[in-house]
Amino acid sequence: MSDVLLELNNLHTHFFTDDGEIPAVDGVSFHVRKGEVVGIVGESGCGKSVTSLSIMQLIPSPPGKIVDGEINFKGENIAKASKKQMRKIRGNEIAMIFQEPMTSLNPLYSIGNQIGEAILLHEKVNKKEARQKSINLLKLVGIPRAEAVVDEYPHQLSGGMRQRVMIAMAMACDPELLIADEPTTALDVTIQAQILDLMRNLNKEKETAILLITHDLGVVAEICERVVVMYAGKVVEEGTAKEILKDPKHPYTQGLIRSLPKIHEKEQKLYSIPGTVPKPGKGKIGCRFAPRCEYAFDRCFQEDPKLLSIGNERYTRCFLYEENVGSENDHAKSNS
Amino acid sequence: MFAYTIRRILMLIPVLIGMTIITFSIVHLIPGNPAQVILGENATEEQVEALEESMGLNEPYIVQYGLYVKDLLQGDLGTSLKTKSEISSEIWPYIAATFELTFFAMLFAVFIGVNAGIISAWRQNSWFDFLAMLFALVGVSMPIFWLALMEQWLFAQELGWFPAYGRQDSKDPIAAITHFYVLDSFIHLDFPRVITSLKHLVLPSIALGTIPMAIIARMTRSSMLEVMKSDYIRTVRAKGAGQFLVVYKHALRNALIPVITVIGLQTGVLLGGAILTETIFSWPGIGRYVFDAISFRDYPVIQSGILIIAFIFVIINLIVDLLYSAIDPRIKY
Repeated sequence: MSDVLLELNNLHTHFFTDDGEIPAVDGVSFHVRKGEVVGIVGESGCGKSVTSLSIMQLIPSPPGKIVDGEINFKGENIAKASKKQMRKIRGNEIAMIFQEPMTSLNPLYSIGNQIGEAILLHEKVNKKEARQKSINLLKLVGIPRAEAVVDEYPHQLSGGMRQRVMIAMAMACDPELLIADEPTTALDVTIQAQILDLMRNLNKEKETAILLITHDLGVVAEICERVVVMYAGKVVEEGTAKEILKDPKHPYTQGLIRSLPKIHEKEQKLYSIPGTVPKPGKGKIGCRFAPRCEYAFDRCFQEDPKLLSIGNERYTRCFLYEENVGSENDHAKSNS
Repeated sequence: MFAYTIRRILMLIPVLIGMTIITFSIVHLIPGNPAQVILGENATEEQVEALEESMGLNEPYIVQYGLYVKDLLQGDLGTSLKTKSEISSEIWPYIAATFELTFFAMLFAVFIGVNAGIISAWRQNSWFDFLAMLFALVGVSMPIFWLALMEQWLFAQELGWFPAYGRQDSKDPIAAITHFYVLDSFIHLDFPRVITSLKHLVLPSIALGTIPMAIIARMTRSSMLEVMKSDYIRTVRAKGAGQFLVVYKHALRNALIPVITVIGLQTGVLLGGAILTETIFSWPGIGRYVFDAISFRDYPVIQSGILIIAFIFVIINLIVDLLYSAIDPRIKY
């Protein structure tokens, strides 16, 4: 597929700690097309943030390391890229925004300085042009009185404004891919909606592909076209946002959707998946979700389920669907 | 920034008043009659009375304090009992000597300390980090006098690279203008003398600067390590910035606040009189001036010395506070 922008192929990112080797990302494969909005969903600790940081090669190292797999960006494996090559890609072709707008900006430099820096790093412009471009970017992300804000410091702005500044900074060099790691989690609901609107507009206008990391299925429903569900470092389900939300296949996804509060149904108590996310560790056998799964049978504890293709770009990692497809199909192969 | 500076300078006033009250009290806290103490046990009653009269000791305390402050404001620090000359005119060369030594000691301490701290944090757990921190630990724990004596033995006596003591060649004294001898040599355009003056500074500066250097290195390292973990550093990396920009532009400035505090405190300590170092290197600084005054019970000199040392501390704190707000836009008390 020529329109694939980013393709992860069997990515393994492990952390080497005193307690041993921890496979935080354990064989993840998915892809993002040009101009597409893809969501990665999962509970805390499922490896979604580590996946996004792996793409940028921003994992704290040591202890983290990409031990295996490919990260193909525009057909080139950037998992093997040199530091210099990565610096050219970061902020220029792939930009990233983070969960904590309050602490993600340097408190000691003005907004203009920090946005301008992103421009100066990748484009041949002088400081004055960078400043003008910073003001234009602030206007683009809907910041009122952009001419004044450009000289203000992060502590003078609210959380929502700071996240807009982060987005302006990420958009500085018109990246082809924007990775947003829980961009709305730290913000209150009305601001969340505004930020999502902004991201959707940027996606439409600039055709920037977005990889959105979130634990919030509401956010997924709002802007994602396709969704990758992760559990304990592995992809457990993939499909369009509509398919995932309306017809979840994997028991974990089903659990996630059942635990959403519903506006029309008066249930006594909100559903929650029993148990907790297992600690990642090497050499564990069987489906990671089995201990919490209500459909689990003996095989689930003895064998690792494979990611099954159950439709067009529709995958699930569960033995329940094995008969439906007849044959196992590797995700990576079906993509190529 | 401007309003903050003004406010911060106004805040000096009560501090300075408090300082003068304390130094004023020193003479009155001496057990017995100050005039008697000053004159010694063999003085006659007439002598004591005459001195009391001349020192204004018969007046109420509040009037005496008023007179003391009035004199201070006119730059009159009193008269030394030992030399019988005006303290204000004889104290400057000592202050200049201490300032010059402190300047070079801190230059050495800050330059090496900050850079060693940065590189240690940058290459955490490397052999450089390990050696630098070992060196810093030794530096903090080393008795200054021992280090000073070792320096004199090795670099002055054995190798003969630097003079062992004094500020200048005693056979060829300088015509002092500012009493900062390096500066004076420049003013005279006497470049060989610039070199000699600097050579005299090397050993005492290293002896005096070693402990501050070690403290600064350790503080810089831990502060940098803390900052390097923060979210905004990750943001800078995500922009595609290289390690140099990350470390020297974004991390260092954030890490500097605690480092500047330490630099300020250490500068104050050094200016406040490094008696040990000044004695070993025969450096005629303020520490030795006050120390000699104490041995001689020269109360007016002790009083003035303490006042000046306290004043230096206050000014350094002011500079440190102003630097804080220059570095960090959030700091506006």
